[in-house]
Amino acid sequence: MLIVYPWTQRFFDSFGNLSSPTAIIGNPKVRAHGKKVLSSFGEAVKNLENLKATYSKLSELHCEKLHVDPENFRLLGDILVIVLAAHFTKDFTPACQATWQKLVGVVAHALAYKYH
Amino acid sequence: MFVTYPQTKTYFPHFDLMFTAYPQTKTYFPHFDLQHGSAQIKAHGKKVAAALVEAVNHIDDIAGALSKLSDLHAQKLRVDPVNFKFLGHCFLVVVAIHHPSALTPEVHASLDKFLCAVGTVLTAKYR
Repeated sequence: MLIVYPWTQRFFDSFGNLSSPTAIIGNPKVRAHGKKVLSSFGEAVKNLENLKATYSKLSELHCEKLHVDPENFRLLGDILVIVLAAHFTKDFTPACQATWQKLVGVVAHALAYKYH
Repeated sequence: MFVTYPQTKTYFPHFDLMFTAYPQTKTYFPHFDLQHGSAQIKAHGKKVAAALVEAVNHIDDIAGALSKLSDLHAQKLRVDPVNFKFLGHCFLVVVAIHHPSALTPEVHASLDKFLCAVGTVLTAKYR
C-alpha cells in the first residue's frame, strides 16, 4: 500500500526511511505495523457476527487520534486481496476473491463506523 | 459560472457542506476549528474557490495554472483522490441550491467535467 499508493505514507512520518520500494520493504517499523494490522484482520474473522463492536474502539482511535481517511481502509483491503492472489495464484478462485472482497469491505466499514 | 456569477468566488459553504456530508474529510483538518462556518473553514473555502477561478481562467491549461497546487498536494498534503470527488459534488450541490435555474443538464455536465479535471490535475503527480 505504501508503495502502490504512496500518498498513504502521509500517516507514517515516524517510520523513518520510506524513500523507495526497497526501503519500504526492508523497514522494520513497516513490517511490525503490517503484522499488527493483519492480526486485527484475524480478530475480524473470529468475530464476523459482531464486527462493529469488535472495531468500535479502533474506529474511534482512527478518527479522533490518528485522523485516518477511511478511504485508506479500502485501499489497504484491495492491496490485501492482490497480495493473497499473488500468493495463492490458482487457488485464489473467483469465489475466494469474492469472499475476501466482502471481508475487507465489512472491516473497512466497521473501522469507519464511529467516524463523526 | 464564475464569470456570470462572480459572487461564487466567495462561496465557502461547499467546504462546510463537505464536512457534514462526508465527515471523514475532516481527518485532513485536525488543526482547524471545524464548527459550522468557522473563520478557518470560510478562509479555506475562499482559497479553494480562488484556485477554481484560476483554473477557469486558464481552462485550456489547467495543469499549468495549478502546477504549484499539484506539487503541494503530491508532496505535502497527499489528500486521497476520492475526496476531490466529494468536494466537487458538494460544490455542485451548493450551485444547485443557489442557482437552480442556471444548473441545466448541460451546465451540470460541464461543471462536473471541469471539477473532475481539476481533481485529476491536483492528484496527477501523486505517483
